[in-house]
Amino acid sequence: MLFTELLKMAWRSLAANKLRTFLTMLGVIIGVTSVIALVSVGMGVKKNILDNISRLGSNMLIVMPGSANRGGMRGAAGSVITLTYDDAEAIKNKIKNVEYVSPTVQGSYQVVYGHENWNTSVTGVIPEYVAIQSLEIKSGLFFSEHDVDVRNRVAVIGSTVAMNLFESVNPVGKKIRIGNAPYTIIGVLESKGQSSGGQDQDDVVLIPLTTAQERLIGITYVRSINVQVTEADKMDEVQSNIEKLLRQRHRIREGTENDFNVRNLTTLMETMTSTTTMITLLLGAIAGISLIVGGVGIMNITLASVTERTREIGIRKAIGATYSNIMLQFLIESTMISVIGGIIGILIGVGAAQAISKFGAFTTVISWVSIAASFGFALFVGIFFGMLPARKAARLDPIEALRYE
Amino acid sequence: MTNVVTITGVKKLYKMGSETVAALNGVDLRIDEGEFVALMGPSGSGKSTLMNILGCLDRPTVGSYKLLGQEVSGLSDDELARIRNKTIGFVFQNFNLLPKLTSLENVALPAVYAGIGTKERLALATEALRKVSLEDRAEHLPGELSGGQRQRVAIARAIAMKPAILMADEPTGNLDTKSTGEIMEIFRDLHKTGSTIILVTHEPDIAQAADRQILVKDGQITKDISRGSSEVIDIV
Repeated sequence: MLFTELLKMAWRSLAANKLRTFLTMLGVIIGVTSVIALVSVGMGVKKNILDNISRLGSNMLIVMPGSANRGGMRGAAGSVITLTYDDAEAIKNKIKNVEYVSPTVQGSYQVVYGHENWNTSVTGVIPEYVAIQSLEIKSGLFFSEHDVDVRNRVAVIGSTVAMNLFESVNPVGKKIRIGNAPYTIIGVLESKGQSSGGQDQDDVVLIPLTTAQERLIGITYVRSINVQVTEADKMDEVQSNIEKLLRQRHRIREGTENDFNVRNLTTLMETMTSTTTMITLLLGAIAGISLIVGGVGIMNITLASVTERTREIGIRKAIGATYSNIMLQFLIESTMISVIGGIIGILIGVGAAQAISKFGAFTTVISWVSIAASFGFALFVGIFFGMLPARKAARLDPIEALRYE
Repeated sequence: MTNVVTITGVKKLYKMGSETVAALNGVDLRIDEGEFVALMGPSGSGKSTLMNILGCLDRPTVGSYKLLGQEVSGLSDDELARIRNKTIGFVFQNFNLLPKLTSLENVALPAVYAGIGTKERLALATEALRKVSLEDRAEHLPGELSGGQRQRVAIARAIAMKPAILMADEPTGNLDTKSTGEIMEIFRDLHKTGSTIILVTHEPDIAQAADRQILVKDGQITKDISRGSSEVIDIV
């Protein structure tokens, strides 16, 4: 009963000072809007990264060369060149629960056809690569086990490469030059478009692994071995078996570090999840600071309002308002500002997030948690920063307050 | 007649640096139900302090104050607020209406703090406004009323809760002669219907309306005369 009356009183006093109320509210509106918009950007980035990782394939282990360690100086990952095609063969043949094994090497080359040339990434792969990356062939065919065995100079190209070198001509059967040696194009890949990271997945040339190693780049090692495991719950087992096998094959003594790394995409995904969550929280926290600033604005204006209304408070006390009556009246006012500001902020924040994903560079994900959290925080800010002025008002001595001019 | 106010040995002391100043220095006073009392005295006499204590806005430093038989000198702020709400009605010199509330809302305000429901509250307020003949101004804001009308609204607010005591502090101090006459007429009417009224004033003419005149000087009651006595209070 009394509470609804206090609500009405607060509403009327806010409505009586519309501009002032709005300006005070603006601090909260900006705070809540930026929390929601920024968190949605952070969540969007997170979703992008996770999508990218999961597109690499599920149940994937990646074996990479380790870093060199000479006299305590550690080089970059991949600075040792211990991983070979034979390692990949051994993994495929000796370890259970392995679906595919795909070693790759990679280099960047100028590819020439007639007068046209194009710089692209040339990847040496084996036929299993098609299945692991779920590629499709638009025309022609992919090279075979045999091509890998005999190091044939054949190539399968992506549609971007085809477009830049051949335009409308069918490239199958044509010869291109990579590193001054001729390669026969035997197939063109179906377009996969841009990856969500913005990379053109069609800007590729695939050639047999052995051809790339020995005839193009001139190396004996491989850059990485992708291993697809049959079931998710066999990942750990397969990972430790690969480690055991490779230590044995590389003759690594007990107590010495591995000269390779086995990366579990699930672990990578967990790491990325926690990293992006941290970034999102950081963004939210920075935006949250503006909410605190908004709260200081509320406190400021409520303090001014208490001083301005000293006489009113005196009158109310004289006719019987208690400490808590006066305190609630001012607390409701400050909370009302923050709650209404919070609601407006949510609407604008959600709108802004949608606009960013529609017209901007980021995908955004609007989360209920960020909406609830920012609203809750705004509510808390209103109560917290309203408390001091409200107590000041409630403590006024009625005699002094009535004498106030 | 029931006893409304009993004050015994009341002192109000203030510390001014190292000195202690007594605004009230041993006051004894008894007011019965239905009395119309004028409290007089020059400024600085302790008249306002006495009124604040009588109105439960302040507490005595020493002494006892029994209001309707209840000792109130040791009550907390909130308990005093509740007593002011139910037992005391205030009328001030400068009206002290809330400018953004209509007459009716101003009059209904004490009932809001008493926790009375909307319907009953508006009924009480309307009845009080009728007693001061302002029911046709119920929806007006104080700014739209004349000084006399504003003071009548203030009286309506003071009597809305049917308090045991009506306290009026220089109620005609800001009014012209005509309005003063109207306001005093209302006080006399309220007195006739049985209200206990304490009127603080320094104008002997106004004090004439009361049955009993009390003079406060230097923190003490120096004269207490009832109607019919030949004594005349000269406050100067």
